[in-house]
Amino acid sequence: MNAYVITVATLVTIQSIAACGLNVIVGYAGQISLGHAAFFGIGAYSSALLTTKAGLSFWTAMPLAVVITALIGAMLGLPSLRVRDDFLAITTIGVNFIVEAVFQYIPFFGGALGIGGIPRVHLFKVPLKGMAYLLFCLAFLAVVLVVCRWFTRSWAGLACFALREEETAASSMGISPVRFKLLAFVVGTAMAGLGGVLYAHFMRFISAGDFSFPVSVMLLSTIVLGGMGTLWGPVLGAAILVSLPESFRPLMELRFLLYTVVLLVMIRFQPGGLLGEASLAQRILARFHPMKADHP
Amino acid sequence: MHLFLEQLLNGMAVGSIYALVSLGLALVYGILRILHVAHAAVYTVGAYLGLFFFQMTQSLLVAFLGAMACCALAGVTIERLVYFPLLKYPPYVPLIASIAILLALEEVCRLVAGPYILTFPASLPFPAVHVLGVHVPSSVSTIFATTGLILLVLWFLTTRTETGLAMRAVSQDLAIAEAMGIDAHAVVSFTFALGSAIAAVAGILVGIYYNQVYATMGSVPAYKALALIVVGGLGSVPGAVAASLLLGIAETLLIGYAHVPLPRDALAFIAMIAVLMWRAEGLFGSR
Repeated sequence: MNAYVITVATLVTIQSIAACGLNVIVGYAGQISLGHAAFFGIGAYSSALLTTKAGLSFWTAMPLAVVITALIGAMLGLPSLRVRDDFLAITTIGVNFIVEAVFQYIPFFGGALGIGGIPRVHLFKVPLKGMAYLLFCLAFLAVVLVVCRWFTRSWAGLACFALREEETAASSMGISPVRFKLLAFVVGTAMAGLGGVLYAHFMRFISAGDFSFPVSVMLLSTIVLGGMGTLWGPVLGAAILVSLPESFRPLMELRFLLYTVVLLVMIRFQPGGLLGEASLAQRILARFHPMKADHP
Repeated sequence: MHLFLEQLLNGMAVGSIYALVSLGLALVYGILRILHVAHAAVYTVGAYLGLFFFQMTQSLLVAFLGAMACCALAGVTIERLVYFPLLKYPPYVPLIASIAILLALEEVCRLVAGPYILTFPASLPFPAVHVLGVHVPSSVSTIFATTGLILLVLWFLTTRTETGLAMRAVSQDLAIAEAMGIDAHAVVSFTFALGSAIAAVAGILVGIYYNQVYATMGSVPAYKALALIVVGGLGSVPGAVAASLLLGIAETLLIGYAHVPLPRDALAFIAMIAVLMWRAEGLFGSR
């Protein structure tokens, strides 16, 4: 594989990790969030600041950054619990705009200049780059997928599904909406934070624009396209949506237009996602594996 | 004191423009329960078309009417081809489709008209007036007159005509309105046409007010109008108008007198979240 393909693959992996986090919030707990890029950004900025300004090593900074993101996620998740559906979607858009503005206008966060000189990740004193960093990210993606799988099978996951389907009924069965929605929010934002950390140390330069609202839209499109609530949906969606603009690159000017049109056509004609219920892939799978309808 | 009054007038002008944009959104939300983000793209297209018609004919009237007609058509097309077929899915599906339309239309504008900022060299038909020593420029008085006229027409339409009655019935419950013999789809299309035509007016007014027309001019209004209709109570037209005027004034005064390090858009969203914490259904909402 040449360096270009490795770069795209690394970005796909990082985006998959963040999208898995969004999938926990939206797909599992049914909490529509359009501000996920904010948490991706909080993870990236925390790790960048901890390694450049505080001088910590990556291995200390990463867990700290994930914990910081999860804490802020819980803090911002609490007010979001008061509102539902469309109100929630707009509140999270607001959260995204506010976080982006804080990054861009407060000098501590590098302001308009962003943060540069983020160190590379070292594993056993060997700097990770190219293929090695891709494998490193893939390892984290595997961990995230295992956590997702475990979450869907756990009591907490089942409680989240119940809340997603019918909140009133679920809460009358003794499932606390606040507790499990917040749990899903914390797990999801922690994953976004992890994605952000990996992104910061991959790009080694970040600025507020990397975590703006269109990135949130892209993340939500990723899971909608792949199939909301499925395990592999976010990965498939990220693979398509990240590599699509790259494959349109020869078309230069028309690139972004084509990308949005493809997104629009996919949403219009396959709104359940490529791996979701009633999708083409599921129907084909069901033909060969009639019993394999075990996804939530 | 004069400076303060002029700031206040400017704030109200900005608020009136917000009101014209969020009106359409509130109408559409009231009827289809869809967050029509692409409304801001219609507004951008309206500004471009207005400029195009104005350059062709040098007549503002033709510019307004032409842009309103084209935008009404565009709004109805979006509704027929995208929103209506997606109504049976959860709300995030039309929402993402809507964002995709916004981005696609912005790209079309950029490709057709070029990436530069165009100017709108029109002079408005209303005179600049001096009231008690306060200078009201013609752009501001035009915005007030147009907004007032549109609000009046809208009020008359929704409360005094049969079409308005049908619109209110459909916004209560689409299925039951249809069962009662109302052609719900026609009403929905009419609402889209109306809202989009108003968006075109807003686009042209903004183009003239700031003397700028560019492809991404809809981006900020797109999300700010969402915040506004939420604060106003989703689907409530008076709420959207009141929230818009309040925000316009608050923004202008905050920028003028308080030195907050955050940009005005972030302030709008902070205000929105504060209102939602206080009243989760919006200022004028009922749920």
